[in-house]
Amino acid sequence: MLAYVGRRLLLAVPVLLGILIATFLLARAIPGEPCRAMLGERATAEACAAFERNKGLDRPVPVQLGIYIGDVLKGDFGNSIRFSRPVSQILIERLPMTIELSMTALFIALLVGIPLGIVAAMRHNSAVDVGTMMFANVGVSMPVFWLGLLLAYFFGLVLRNTWFALPPSGRLSPGMISVPFYEKWGWGLSDGTFPHTVMEFIGNHFIFNAFITGNWELFGNAIQHLILPAVALSTIPMAIIARMTRSSLLDTLGRDYIRTARAKGAIERRVVVRHALRNAMLPVVTIVGLQMGALLSGAVLTETVFGLAGAGTMLFEAITARDFPIIQGFTVIIATGYVVINLIVDLSYAYLDPRIRLE
Amino acid sequence: MDRLRRSDRLTVPDAKHLLDRPTGLWRGALRRLLRRKTGVIGLSIIGTLVLIAVLAPLLAPYDPNQVLIGQDGVSRRSPPCVHLFGCEPEIRQHALGLDGNARDQFSRIIYGTRVSLSVGLTTVLFAFSIGATLGAIAGFWGGWTDNIIMRIMDVVLGFPSLLLAIAIVSALGPGLRNTMLAIAIVSIPAYARVMRASVLSIKELDFVSASRALGASKLRILWSRVVPNALTPLVVIGTLGIATAILDAAAFGFLGLGAQEPTAEWGAMLARERAQVFSSPHLVFFPGLAIMITVLGFNLLGDGLRDALDPSLSE
Repeated sequence: MLAYVGRRLLLAVPVLLGILIATFLLARAIPGEPCRAMLGERATAEACAAFERNKGLDRPVPVQLGIYIGDVLKGDFGNSIRFSRPVSQILIERLPMTIELSMTALFIALLVGIPLGIVAAMRHNSAVDVGTMMFANVGVSMPVFWLGLLLAYFFGLVLRNTWFALPPSGRLSPGMISVPFYEKWGWGLSDGTFPHTVMEFIGNHFIFNAFITGNWELFGNAIQHLILPAVALSTIPMAIIARMTRSSLLDTLGRDYIRTARAKGAIERRVVVRHALRNAMLPVVTIVGLQMGALLSGAVLTETVFGLAGAGTMLFEAITARDFPIIQGFTVIIATGYVVINLIVDLSYAYLDPRIRLE
Repeated sequence: MDRLRRSDRLTVPDAKHLLDRPTGLWRGALRRLLRRKTGVIGLSIIGTLVLIAVLAPLLAPYDPNQVLIGQDGVSRRSPPCVHLFGCEPEIRQHALGLDGNARDQFSRIIYGTRVSLSVGLTTVLFAFSIGATLGAIAGFWGGWTDNIIMRIMDVVLGFPSLLLAIAIVSALGPGLRNTMLAIAIVSIPAYARVMRASVLSIKELDFVSASRALGASKLRILWSRVVPNALTPLVVIGTLGIATAILDAAAFGFLGLGAQEPTAEWGAMLARERAQVFSSPHLVFFPGLAIMITVLGFNLLGDGLRDALDPSLSE
């Protein structure tokens, strides 16, 4: 098992290196000079030369690449051209928002999608089944940004004076400030040290931070703000998960060992929950792993609609503003997350199906 | 020896009718497709949309780019007005209202059908042909060819597809054509993977070995034996791919990278008016609805095709 994890991580190295180089080259293929984007269209040649020397952009591209890979290995993603701040610091500020959003969306998708799929399979060809399949088909066809705007309109305007009103944009209500747990508990970490960086990253998950510090007002407020974007983002994965659960469970319920279980006299619920579900979950886990990319792409659109300052919008802005270091840093981190999630998916196969040996 | 070879040759015409089976598969698939509700609904939606796209000039009451300021009782962002549903007769009819430039939204949505359908089809045709070719080569030749092609595909798949497409569009410059190119490039790996898997399983089948024993060249085996049989799963992926391409192109329009003014593209129409969602929801609702119906049509057809092309699934 450990050997398997080790080999998988080793196999990921060439792919990650490829992604690193591809991002680096792609970022430089984007036309337009960062200098003119930063200093304005009418910047003088001298000012531009000084700017490029300052940012290391005047060196040959292979040299830049070599320096960059070396820095990344040391955990240094360089400074953003636009903000003149370390990319890692911007990652720490922006990534938690996106993680909270996509994890909540995934949670909702699983919480609704799997039971829907199970019920549809148990009542095959019934009204529930047909309804679920219709929902699944409409769900995967819905533009995320459209659904987001409609939700904002409905819960933010139509229902604004009712119990169901939800804020249509932002992460917290104006005036609300999230105090990180390490400051509240007076841990006295000094800025810029490694523990401080890690704690800051954790503390920027507002919902988690509010939960552990017991700040229930902020906790509720952050959740209220997260509901609409998370629901919008969860629709497509939810539909896909429901459909996959249904077809996989239907397939499993037709097997011989299920007939045996029924012949023993086990009640239907027990047959489904104890016998069929575990085997039926394998393809669902695969699909969930594949949804991570879709979640991130969807996060760009959802964050744009709901005015959330997350990693998705940051990356989108960086691409349009030609802020190479941010593009590179964010992409590398996201791609690494991908590799890790795929590894977790493969490991969970072995848990779900003991016949699968990890070698 | 000579006689043996001649008899070999003689068996070829006899065996030919056995190889005609693919037409049978497709005709059977069509019959099964028409027996399924999803397939029929999907086909009807797409058929209607194609008709709308072809007949757009006849169906649209106005030019999609005509600014209608100063006409009877209408102004920018006028809500929908249909006399039949109680709209006052002195106001001119606009079934879906006017947009922020006082253009007839109904006409723009009608013309948008042309944009979305052609975006979906062109993108998938492009990605399909390149992806399938790469996948077929990788699966058939194996070895280092396979390794190089598939590792490159892995790198492309390592990026979230929408973000990679955004990067490509930023490199090439915003616009509808570059958007289509970017969406096509990021969807190549999916076709390559499915084609490769399909080719891998088919090249080991007996009828391929038979061709090889008959002395057919590698290219001929690949082109006329393996590829036709390996295409089945790709047809399904391709149909679903049209749906994804239309959705992605709309997302690009929404982000301001896709179709530019004054092209009547649904995603861009929606994006222009998104700040007005609270005051003029009709300008956000209808373009999105059009996107959803179109994408739904292709998704349903893809689902129906999947069932129809896989006889093992038929009940």
